[in-house]
Amino acid sequence: MISLAGRDILHAWGKFVFTGIGLGLLIGVTLTMAGVYRGMVDDARVLLDNSGADLWVVQRDTLGPYAESSSLHDDVWRGVRGLPGVARVANVTYLTMQVRQGERDVRAMVTGITAGEPGLPGWPPRLVAGRQITRGHFEAVADVASGFKLGERIQIRRNAYRVVGLTRRMVSSSGDPMVFIPLRDAQEAQFLKDNEAIRQERRRTADNPAFNRPGVPGLLDAVINSQSSNPYVNAVLVQLAPGHAAATVADSIRRWKRLTVYTRPQMEEILVGKLIATSARQIGMFLVILAIVSAAIVAFIIYTLTLGKIREIAVLKLIGTRNRTIAALILQQAIALGVIGFAVGKITATFWAPVFPKYVLLLPLDSVIGFGAVVVICVLASVIAIRAALKVDPAEAIGG
Amino acid sequence: MSGKGIRIEGLTKRYGRGDTAVDALKGVDMQVAPGEVVGLIGPSGSGKSTLLKCLGAVIEPTAGRMILGDEVIYDDGWRVGDLRALRRDRIGFVFQAPYLIPFLDVTDNVALLPMLAGQPNAESRRRALELLQGLDVQHRARAMPSQLSGGEQQRVAIARGLVNRPPVILADEPTAPLDSERALGVMRILNRMARRFETAIIVVTHDEKIIPTFRRIYHIRDGVTYEEAGQGRGFD
Repeated sequence: MISLAGRDILHAWGKFVFTGIGLGLLIGVTLTMAGVYRGMVDDARVLLDNSGADLWVVQRDTLGPYAESSSLHDDVWRGVRGLPGVARVANVTYLTMQVRQGERDVRAMVTGITAGEPGLPGWPPRLVAGRQITRGHFEAVADVASGFKLGERIQIRRNAYRVVGLTRRMVSSSGDPMVFIPLRDAQEAQFLKDNEAIRQERRRTADNPAFNRPGVPGLLDAVINSQSSNPYVNAVLVQLAPGHAAATVADSIRRWKRLTVYTRPQMEEILVGKLIATSARQIGMFLVILAIVSAAIVAFIIYTLTLGKIREIAVLKLIGTRNRTIAALILQQAIALGVIGFAVGKITATFWAPVFPKYVLLLPLDSVIGFGAVVVICVLASVIAIRAALKVDPAEAIGG
Repeated sequence: MSGKGIRIEGLTKRYGRGDTAVDALKGVDMQVAPGEVVGLIGPSGSGKSTLLKCLGAVIEPTAGRMILGDEVIYDDGWRVGDLRALRRDRIGFVFQAPYLIPFLDVTDNVALLPMLAGQPNAESRRRALELLQGLDVQHRARAMPSQLSGGEQQRVAIARGLVNRPPVILADEPTAPLDSERALGVMRILNRMARRFETAIIVVTHDEKIIPTFRRIYHIRDGVTYEEAGQGRGFD
């Protein structure tokens, strides 16, 4: 028996191909949406991987440093360093802001890293160009996604930094590229105010009789000095010594330092389960809506194609064609449309994914799931058309 | 090959029930022998289409008998089991418009019926080509229906009706869209094929051009048939 569906598709291939392309673009958007979600999850994991930390020590009862603000004194690390099982520790600050370069500005996560050597937690683990930060001030290493070039000067608050190194896949959980600068500069950048604000603050302090006592010379200067410096960091990153369990060391830090400590799985749960949960639900809603729209489009197209063949279907039924042969004709066409659409969607998603500003991760498993969903949608969408075809009276071919 | 053509006795068809019931056929008798081509003529609303649908096993009569070849199809409320298979294997249809399947070429349009009956594709196509040759359209065997003239399309439709060698062919206004020359050409073919395959052919028509070609004509009016000898000689 010949394939009636195949012959019909070959006969009207232009109609099928163009309809498939239209459907394919919709499927491409759906695959890309799934890729955006996967990219967000991957960004979060990469952020944790590339930090080089086994534990994150943050302000007590906060979900810091990524999901909530966290503030620790910058000498906390000394106490943590002395606990059993801790190999290396480093202060770190994170500040998402606009970084200017000439006329343009880029949203970036400015990360303050402790002076030391590569391999310390918080440092970019590998560079694609240039070198790591070697000076204590005004040098930066930027992710290539920021668009900054080696040797360029970038502006963070009032200070200019020279880009000495470029790294890759160092982004925040929001997808913003990271720019690494020395910790002291980052601490200053977090709290640095403009000159007018500083003058106003000093005037208010000087007007406060509690700080400006005639009998205590030097008090006012000490207070002003403490106001204009920032001894805080957002987190202390900890690397474990070999053979020590993360949970045990974390318990030890919690008990002795009265701070909140997260292990890698806990931090991943915070980032994926809390920080991007709303975005994930948003994308999930989009995927559901796109699936419904795709199903409606396939159903409409197949129904219209079937209505255009009512006379032929009546003739086929009159000359003794089985209902299942007619149902198979419609079903196979719906699936063929889905296959064409999926192929177009997969190709377009693959080509346009790198153009997206945020990382789009197209996983093979998602493609397999997507293909299965497309086939199921096409099968369901063909039900209306099959019902219409099976209702056709063979007597319509005779007329009268 | 056919056995004894088609015979119907006292065929009635009632639509609706009670006071609103309408008798479309009121005891129709008709017999068409193998190799014979008869005309069925009647005005609109006479029951012509209902009779054609009953003969074509598309609708079931309310009462009466229909015997196709040696097989009883209807007998006062009883009917043969699989009407779909009956239509496929034992009744040929030729319509006013050819209604060829637009996405199949000429050969496969004709070969589709034996394929549906489970014949191998190659054998089905061989039979189709044989018929197309007999109808002088073998040179268009690979053409699509949209590439054929009206006359060629109708000859392909006749080939499709004949391909399973049915004992009866029902032709519904087969010459309506054709000019006189082509209409007579179609009638000539139908007569030739009826004799060759010993098929009983019933042609429903209003077409004045072909009425003189019938040897026998059934007139139908208000659900009742009247037989009349025609003037034609059946293209002997």
